[in-house]
Amino acid sequence: MSGLIDLSLVQAVQALRKGDISSRLLIEAYLERINQLDAKLHAFLAIAPEKALAQAEAADRRLQAWRRHPEEPLPALLGIPVAVKDVLCVAGMPCTCGSRILEEFYPPFHATVVERLLSAGAIILGKTNTDEFAMGSSTENSAYGVTHNPWDLERVPGGSSGGSAAAVAARLALVALGTDTGGSVRQPASFCGVTGIKPTYGRVSRYGLVAYGSSLDVVGVLGRDVQDVASVFSQIAGYDTKDATTLDLPVPGMNVGEQADLSGLRVGVPEEYFIPGMQAEVEEVVRQAIHMLEKLGAQLKPVSMPHTRYALPVYYIVAPAEASANLARYDGIRYGPRVPAQTLWGVFRQTRGQKFGPEVKRRIMLGTYALSAGYYEAYYGQAQKVRTLIKQDFDAAFKDVDVIAAPVAPTTAFKIGGHGDDPLSMYLEDVFTLPANLAGVPGLAFPVGFDQQGLPVGMQLMGPHFREELLFRTAFTYQRATEWHKNTPEMVA
Amino acid sequence: MHDFEAVIGVEVHAELETQSKMFCSCQVLDVTRAEPNTAVCPVCTGMPGVLPVVNRLAVEYALRVALALQCQVAPVSVFARKNYFYPDLPKGYQISQYEYPLARHGRLLILTTTGERAIGIRRVHLEEDTGKLTHVNQEGQTYSLVDLNRAGIPLLEIVTEPDLQTAEEVRAYAVALRSVLRYLGVNSGDMQKGVLRIEPNISVRRQGSQEFGTRVEIKNLNSFRALERSVAYEIQRQIETLQNGGRIIQETLGWDEGRGVTVTQRVKEQEDDYRYFPEPDLPPLTIEPVWIEQIRQGMPELPVAKYQRFQQQYGLGPYDAEVLTAEKEVADYFEQVLAAAPQASPKVVANWITGELFGLLNQAGQDIATVQISPQALGELIQLVVRAEINQNSAKLVLEEMFTSGEPAARIVVARNLTQISDPDQIADLVSQVLRDNPTQVEAYLGGKEPVLKWLFGRVMQAARGRANPQVIQGELERQLAEMKQG
Repeated sequence: MSGLIDLSLVQAVQALRKGDISSRLLIEAYLERINQLDAKLHAFLAIAPEKALAQAEAADRRLQAWRRHPEEPLPALLGIPVAVKDVLCVAGMPCTCGSRILEEFYPPFHATVVERLLSAGAIILGKTNTDEFAMGSSTENSAYGVTHNPWDLERVPGGSSGGSAAAVAARLALVALGTDTGGSVRQPASFCGVTGIKPTYGRVSRYGLVAYGSSLDVVGVLGRDVQDVASVFSQIAGYDTKDATTLDLPVPGMNVGEQADLSGLRVGVPEEYFIPGMQAEVEEVVRQAIHMLEKLGAQLKPVSMPHTRYALPVYYIVAPAEASANLARYDGIRYGPRVPAQTLWGVFRQTRGQKFGPEVKRRIMLGTYALSAGYYEAYYGQAQKVRTLIKQDFDAAFKDVDVIAAPVAPTTAFKIGGHGDDPLSMYLEDVFTLPANLAGVPGLAFPVGFDQQGLPVGMQLMGPHFREELLFRTAFTYQRATEWHKNTPEMVA
Repeated sequence: MHDFEAVIGVEVHAELETQSKMFCSCQVLDVTRAEPNTAVCPVCTGMPGVLPVVNRLAVEYALRVALALQCQVAPVSVFARKNYFYPDLPKGYQISQYEYPLARHGRLLILTTTGERAIGIRRVHLEEDTGKLTHVNQEGQTYSLVDLNRAGIPLLEIVTEPDLQTAEEVRAYAVALRSVLRYLGVNSGDMQKGVLRIEPNISVRRQGSQEFGTRVEIKNLNSFRALERSVAYEIQRQIETLQNGGRIIQETLGWDEGRGVTVTQRVKEQEDDYRYFPEPDLPPLTIEPVWIEQIRQGMPELPVAKYQRFQQQYGLGPYDAEVLTAEKEVADYFEQVLAAAPQASPKVVANWITGELFGLLNQAGQDIATVQISPQALGELIQLVVRAEINQNSAKLVLEEMFTSGEPAARIVVARNLTQISDPDQIADLVSQVLRDNPTQVEAYLGGKEPVLKWLFGRVMQAARGRANPQVIQGELERQLAEMKQG
């Protein structure tokens, strides 16, 4: 049944409706893939085969009934297998966030995005690996072991949504949810050769997303191509009464359209995103892709985003500051493991000291420091001001162009352990993805070629707030004209 | 000692008695009575992944208070995280407001024995309450129990300027503020239950000095009495300490009611660093002017305004006005009784309420909200007295019976045969009978012992079984005795 996993989401939805395939067989095919390959990849932290199969059978019954009454409405993703990053709450499944401090924690509720997926008929296969509390760019910070890149098992899949990206790339899931605080959807998408959207901040509910940097965190989607990603995005996006930072705006239909070319589209190319020290092949491949956009009718325009280089220092103040508060609740009192001690403060210290990993502790300390009396203005206060300047860079650019095209990461997937214990060099992996988070604008990453080692290279399109459809349309036109997104790692073929 | 003065500011935490909590839909309930951890959800227990959503009614309640305190309401205010670890704080931070509070620059008029004074309100802001810890020491084992029913209940913090100088003023401020909160229907004012928490900050300095002394804070005061006594004690203690060459240390104190002294709870070596920063989960709180106007329209008459009106409109003295307006229910009750007893003067009605009715309520441990006597019923009773249909003494008996049975006055008067006897002939007969039966006393009176008249009056009233019109008795007694004197 290898044909089943070759279907894209859009194709699978059609085949299910026609009755060419059943959800049961589709789910079985993916569970079989997980069984065969996840020992090598370690993309999943938990799988739920019984529940998934039961849901598949229910979906099949509904599909049968629908075929007799095709005038009735049918949920958009009925019977479709998805994977969910393990920082999103699914009631009845563990949610570890890649951390020992939430070992065996079962959230009592669904994240809003999960609720929306389920009511759209999707079937959750399992929870995917992540850097601890989404802090990292490689999944190496997961307390439960690293995920391997399907293109080269000695390499990282990127992170922190590395489990989701690897699962989609290796066809262990048809689509997957990820989260993006500083590039955690786009960078792994780029490393694994898949398509991933980081929506506008405020477009998708964060309720049930275990917070890392609350003013930056966004739930995104990883899939094989733009259409798949857009189909899931349109189901999870939109105002949520449980998240006061979502906006009550209509979610445009994600029918990416029949537009044959990109004429009339102005594409901004920011020189600040092509820096000395980045992998030469990445620059080359991305510039070719930008040239392709031009060939498809787009008009290229250089844009200046002078504050781009401050994104990294600003991010590493804002995100850790928020994290230092967000992670204060893990004290061993109400849930998660508790390390016993003689005193209350002993319980706090021992539990947090033993159950948080080193990167998490580093960021908690960074953030605590940045917020401390006497340092607040110099660090957090200043970072907020510069963040405003970064936003203004985008505002100014979008007066002249419709979208901005740039590389996703300065390199392709690096070797596991490649950054050693040098956190700073790891932080540099995110230089091109951080600005979109700080500005809150949407970003879409998709494969545009390979380096000489055969590793995928991704490009990102960034657009104005709440203009995801512009990114989807542009990338869809590109994908119709190219084949990069159709390449698969050997383990698929 | 006269050359020291106290500088006092008061910080008040008032729970807002909304239906649901500040940031989730859990019920706000009486945490002193409810089973622990029954009004909790993922949000108020700080589960991973949850987000707060502002309770609009809590904001409205807060705005009512801000307007009542004549504050300037900020068009945009900002929630902030106040970070500290404690098991009663599920998220490890409290959502509060810091740099940009809901309202500032208000004032509240207080009444003391030296007159009226306006106390400056520095800020009013919204936050969430914490949970409650119970420390247990049982069979050598000590542990603490956490109850999160209270966690997330909307809390209003109201901070004064350091405008207060005496324990009496602090009490008056607390009384006035409590009254305002109750008038607005946002807080029951129950200090015993911790729904209203009043925390004075006290320092002393040499009179005329511009600098502040080291201040202490008193917490966990559960009555006005404890508040006033502890402040008085603390002012005295600080003055004496300084006079004896001692030094005041910055600390948090409690009040030992039994010994009548303040006791150290926590010494603050340095200012706590709560690492406040804007709450990223909540957009800034925008208050539309239309909303403020709407709330202003719906504001009830406040205690001070009512207090002034009761003096002007009804000619009541300041004491009656204050007692009647301290509680909105009482003031409303008074005005309803007055309407039902159009022939009675406001002063007479006030006396019936603050004297007779309050006496009965006190004895029964009840308050005006639960009394069985409707204002109309009390008005009818007072009308009977004013129209001389029953006398004052009978009326008191009738009121007592109304209080327990809830029966209307008229029915009790008939059933107990208490209708006043005002018929002069009938009373003349009673008087002559009494005078006949008590020749010795009559002799004494006629011989110049005036006070005997009172005794004779009592006899006549007794003979009338308390029902006779006292004025008529008095007149008839004097008339018949005068006749005897002449005769």
